[in-house]
Order: sequence, then structure tokens, then C-alpha cells
Amino acid sequence: MKSIADIMAIRDAMRSHVGLRDNADAEKEIHIVVGMGTCGLNAGARTVFNTLVDAIEERGLAGVRVTRTGCLGNCEDEPVVEVHVPEKDVATYKNVDAAKALEILNNIQA
Amino acid sequence: MYRTHILVCGGTGCHSNNSGKIREAFEEQIKQKNLQDDVLVVGTGCFGLCAVGPIIIIYPEGAFYSGIKVEDVPEIIEEHIVKGRLVEKFLYHEKALGNKPVKALSDTNFYKKQTRVALRNCGVINPEAIDEYIARDGYQALIKCLTELDPQQVIDIVKASGLRGRGGAGFPTGVKWQFAKNQNNDTKYVCCNADEGDPGAFMDRSVLEGDPHAVLEAMTIAGYAIGSHQGYIYVRAEYPIAVDRLKIAIAQSREYGLLGDNILGTGFAFDIELKLGSGAFVCGEETALMTSIEGHRGEPRPRPPFPAVKGLFAKPTILNNVETYANITQIILNGAEWFASMGTEKSKGTKVFALGGKIVNTGLVEIPMGTTLREIVEDIGGGIPNGKKFKAAQTGGPSGGCIPAEHLDIPIDYDNLISIGSMMGSGGMIVMDEDNCMVDIAKFFLEFTVDESCGKCTPCRIGNRRLLEYLDKITSGKATMQDLDDMEQLCYYIKSNSLCGLGQTAPNPVLSTLRYFRDEYEAHIKEHRCPAHVCKRLIQFKITDKCIGCSACSRKCPVNAISGEIKKKFDIDQAKCIKCGQCIATCKFGAIIKE
Ligand SMILES: Cc1cc2nc3c(=O)[nH]c(=O)nc-3n(C[C@H](O)[C@H](O)[C@H](O)COP(=O)(O)O)c2cc1C
Repeated sequence: MKSIADIMAIRDAMRSHVGLRDNADAEKEIHIVVGMGTCGLNAGARTVFNTLVDAIEERGLAGVRVTRTGCLGNCEDEPVVEVHVPEKDVATYKNVDAAKALEILNNIQA
Repeated sequence: MYRTHILVCGGTGCHSNNSGKIREAFEEQIKQKNLQDDVLVVGTGCFGLCAVGPIIIIYPEGAFYSGIKVEDVPEIIEEHIVKGRLVEKFLYHEKALGNKPVKALSDTNFYKKQTRVALRNCGVINPEAIDEYIARDGYQALIKCLTELDPQQVIDIVKASGLRGRGGAGFPTGVKWQFAKNQNNDTKYVCCNADEGDPGAFMDRSVLEGDPHAVLEAMTIAGYAIGSHQGYIYVRAEYPIAVDRLKIAIAQSREYGLLGDNILGTGFAFDIELKLGSGAFVCGEETALMTSIEGHRGEPRPRPPFPAVKGLFAKPTILNNVETYANITQIILNGAEWFASMGTEKSKGTKVFALGGKIVNTGLVEIPMGTTLREIVEDIGGGIPNGKKFKAAQTGGPSGGCIPAEHLDIPIDYDNLISIGSMMGSGGMIVMDEDNCMVDIAKFFLEFTVDESCGKCTPCRIGNRRLLEYLDKITSGKATMQDLDDMEQLCYYIKSNSLCGLGQTAPNPVLSTLRYFRDEYEAHIKEHRCPAHVCKRLIQFKITDKCIGCSACSRKCPVNAISGEIKKKFDIDQAKCIKCGQCIATCKFGAIIKE
């Protein structure tokens, strides 16, 4: 049997899990797009992607969404990460690794 | 932490279109690609747009794929999941936008005018995972009631919200609860009507399949409010998925201590039991439903005494519809003012409709009260297929009536529908076009009620059968204008003398079609003509000069009624013709017509 505190804890723990399916505010959110075509994957895009998702979860950043996309066209620069902030120009980062990914997040937070 | 969720609709429509197999295929392939730690496959309740099922939605992109088959799964995995590219050909294509693909369900016209309260979790959570329900603030309303509000405050909120019963009659829910609370009795019952007997209706089914905990939570709140410790859900056995998910949900709730002797340690006790109905329409009527739960044959009994005073096992009882309950938690959490801010003066909140018939987007929709019928049919429903014209919409099922084109702009609420001779009913909405004969429609519903009459009272048992005989006479072209008058009189007689709502409302489809389409009745009687070419005994199939004599129709005709010489015009022997229509479907030249 659970207590009220247990239910609250389940809710808080599960919130971001189910929150992934809520795109009602998608237009107001910051989108980070990771190029994950063959080129990106070979260059380490999966590590970048996982680093971003985990860090966002860890820092409890709301309104930031990470999605993957295919080859962005400049394969020699992979892994490539695009940051879409509503009403701002798209920022494109090249040759991203885990450390750079965290730096990108720091920039967004700042 | 999963990066991607693949939601596969597990509502009845998609399920019968093999969505279970699609889900398995996704799970299998995800394992093969070793992505099971990244990608979660979730079976959900109904997304609503059943017309284009099976539907899957992939998050975080929100990509809305429709008409998916098992064979399509590898391509979606390869393209979308591995390479991150939307698979455009599987995206939903919006006709109103020149058949352009639309990325997310929320971007479709079907979705934009909807407001989801009762359906808020349908198609979002896994109905078999209580934790997902809790993540969406599930059981917060119950906690609030048990820890912050006394029973009277709960009832006051429900009253102030203006919520009215969604099962048909539209009785104010808070007032009903108050009656039951005011009774002095140690034993009271909370019942849920999940019988959903209207032909074509699947709102309650979808709520139970997509969000069963919402109903359990609301019933527990109702128990707290009126002072009851036992609930019953009366659900038809013909809803196996709903029954399964309810069973799972009840077991999970008991395990978590959300049902039982000491709910969440607060000392409040409440439990819920399922009762399976066998699908008799009359068992949806409140007194018959309770009689059936008691283990007797489901027949209605006279009121008063009303259930709130003397209901199930002769104890004070409230009975509410599934959708009524599905609104309760949101009213408690967001406040009565929030709920009352939606809708019209006397009908607050939203209403779920099961949209069917001659409409492009058949499916499940939830609209704020006061939305016009035109918005439902044209914007949400995507209009009438095949360029046909709207003729009428039928609401309220066998107890309801038809809304003709002249009332397309009426805001939909309880009182407006009554004023034009129809009713809200539980939310079935069947759209008809110019090819529907309104006398035939009335006959269809009457055949249903004659079948479903329990036989206890004479006006309903015999009166409705006589009424059906009149309709049969009219559709065979043998009736007189005197018959029409007598038939109308009989309608009023049945309405005022029947024991329960079944008989009292059974003549409504006849009266409402008489009100708006009397000319069609008269055409059948005076000219022996069915204007929509539906009533078989009043039409003839004819071959016109367009016939090139290919003989395709004569080979198809099951009764050999068509003969002729090759390359010359063929002929139909009217004495043999059974009007099955196969010749029309076969003819490539449009040479066969109905007259
Ligand atoms: C013949 C007949 C069939 C009915 N069938 C249903 C039904 O399937 N589901 C339902 O909720 N109410 C049905 N009702 C209405 C119930 O009697 C009752 O009014 C309703 O369940 C009360 O709940 P509510 O106040 O939440 O609407 C039916 C009524 C009649 C007369």
C-alpha cells in the first residue's frame, strides 16, 4: 500500500517520461536537433544525443526538446547539432562531442 | 530514460485493424536493432481519427502516421527511428489542404476545434500503466478531496461547475449527489453506467479503454462525497478490451491502496466491483440497470422512489455515466469556474461525440458545448464524402431525432437540441446525405427499439410494434394519409403512457422526421415514390440507352433477371429483380439507374 507521499513521488518521477508526449507548446519550445544519418552516427552522434537527453533530465530543463534528424548535408562536419530557439536564427554547431554538447546546453541556459 | 516513444493506438477501431500485431512488430524490430533502452513502444487508447486507422504517433516529434500496416513497420524504424527522417508517405494527408501531409495530429483540422477534457488521457497514456496516469496528475483530485475538502465542499464544487449528466437526460450531477448525501443510511452505492447501448456510439467505450483510472478515481470521489463505500461499474460484456483494462486498473488501484479499506492511509474505505451486462438496451435505463446488478432480469421499475432515495438493493444510490465521471477529476483540480467557463449558459464543459455515417472523418471528437453542428460536420468531420449534400444529422440514438440542414448553425447544447426536436443523448452522431431516406431511417431505429423493448408495459411492447407496422406500410407504398395521422397520434400515446425512458422516447425518430421531412412521407404515400431511392418496394432498376450490351450485369445478376443480345441494350425483368444493386455496381458505363 502506498502513502500520499509515495503517489507524489511517483508523479514527480514519471512526469518527464510522459511529458515527452506533450507537444501542445511545441512552438514555444527550444528544439535541439542532432544529425543522425550514417555520417553522424559514425562520427559519434549517438553519444552527443544521449549526453544531451541525460543532461536535460538531470538539470530539469523544461521546454527543451531533443530530436534526431538525418544527414544535414555537411558530412565532414558531423556530428552536427542545430539549436532552434523560437523567433531567433538557427544556430548550427559542428564536430560536436559530449563536452561540446554540455557547453551548448550551458549557452541555452544562459 | 527513453528518447523516443512510439504510441500505437489500441482503441477498438485500430485494434480490429490489427494494431496489436503492429505493436508487436515494433517491439520485435526495436529489440533486433538493440534500441530497447532508447525506444519505448506504448499501446494507448483511441486517438479519435478512427477513419484513417491504424494510427501511430512517434514522440518527441509528434509525427502522426495513419493507415499503417504491419509491413510498413521496418521502413518506419529504419527511416524515422534510425535515421531520424519523417516518412512523408505515411503521414496523414489533409484533404482540406489539397492533400498535403500534416506532421502532428494537433495540426489537423480534425483536432484544432476540439477541447479534450474527458478524453485528455486517451491516446496519450498507456491505460494499463497506473504510473503514467499518476504522472498526468492522476489521483491528485482524490488526494485533494480526502485531505482538503469535506464531502459537502466536494458536492458544492460539482454543483457550481454546472456539470450535467452525459448519459442522456442531462440531469445536474451535483444535485443528484446532494440528494444521495442527504439520505441517512449506513449503506449507499455509487454506480457507473457503462452500458452504452445506442447503435453507433463508442464514447464511453473509448474512455474506459483509454483512461480507466479516471473513472475509478471519480467514483471514489463520489463515494466520499455521498458517504458510500461500494461502487459498481455496469459494463457490457461485448466490450472485452474495456473490461480487461478495467480489471487491470482495479487490481493496480487496490495494490496501491487507492481502493480498499484505508485509502492512502486516510481512513476512507471504498471499493469497486465490475458487473457485466449482456447488452440489452433497456439495461442502460437506470432502474433496469440496478435490477440487473441485483441479479434479476433487467426490467425497469416505476419512479419514484428515485434511486437517490431507494436504488440498488433498496439503498440510496447514484448512477452516473462514464463520461460524466471522466470530467470530475478535472473539475476538482481546475475548479468549478474553469469548467463553467466552457460551453453555453445552461450546458457547461465539453461533450464527446462518436461521429459516424456519411462523413469523411469518422471517429471520436470532444467539443466545447455551443459548437455548431456545421463546425462538427464541415471542419472537424471534413464534410460529406463523394461530393454529396448534407441532409441531416441524427443525435440521441433511438431516443433522439434528426437535425436538418436548416439548423446547421445551431449551437449544440442540451436545451437547443430539445427545442428542435432532437436530444443530446449519450453522444452518437450519425450524418446522413441525400441518399438516405428519412422514413427508412425512422424505421431502422424503430426496428431497434421494438427488438429491445423488455415487454413489461403494453404501450411500449405493443404500441411500438404497431408503429413499426405503419412505417412498413408507408415504405411499401400501401399507406393512406389517414394512416399517417393515426400513426402520429399513436406516437404521442406511446410517449405519454410507457413505463420507462425506452418507450417514452421510442417514437422520437418518427416524430422528428415527420417534423422536418413530412414531404418524404407524403411522397411515399401519395406518389408511391421514395425520393432517395432507398425503399426497395418503391423503386425499379432500369437500363438506359447508355447500355452498350456488354452483358456484364446479366452475368452478375444473382437471379438472372437481366437478359439481352450482345451489343444491344439489355433489359431487366421487373418480376424477377430483387433490387440488390449488384448490376449498378458492375456497370462500367453508368447505364443502370434507380427510379
Ligand atoms: C432505454 C434507455 C437506455 C439508456 N442507456 C444508457 C446508456 O447506455 N448509458 C448511459 O449512461 N445512460 C443511459 N440511459 C440513461 C440512464 O437512465 C441515466 O439517466 C444515466 O445513466 C444517468 O447518468 P448521468 O446523469 O451521468 O447521465 C438510458 C436511458 C434509457 C431510458
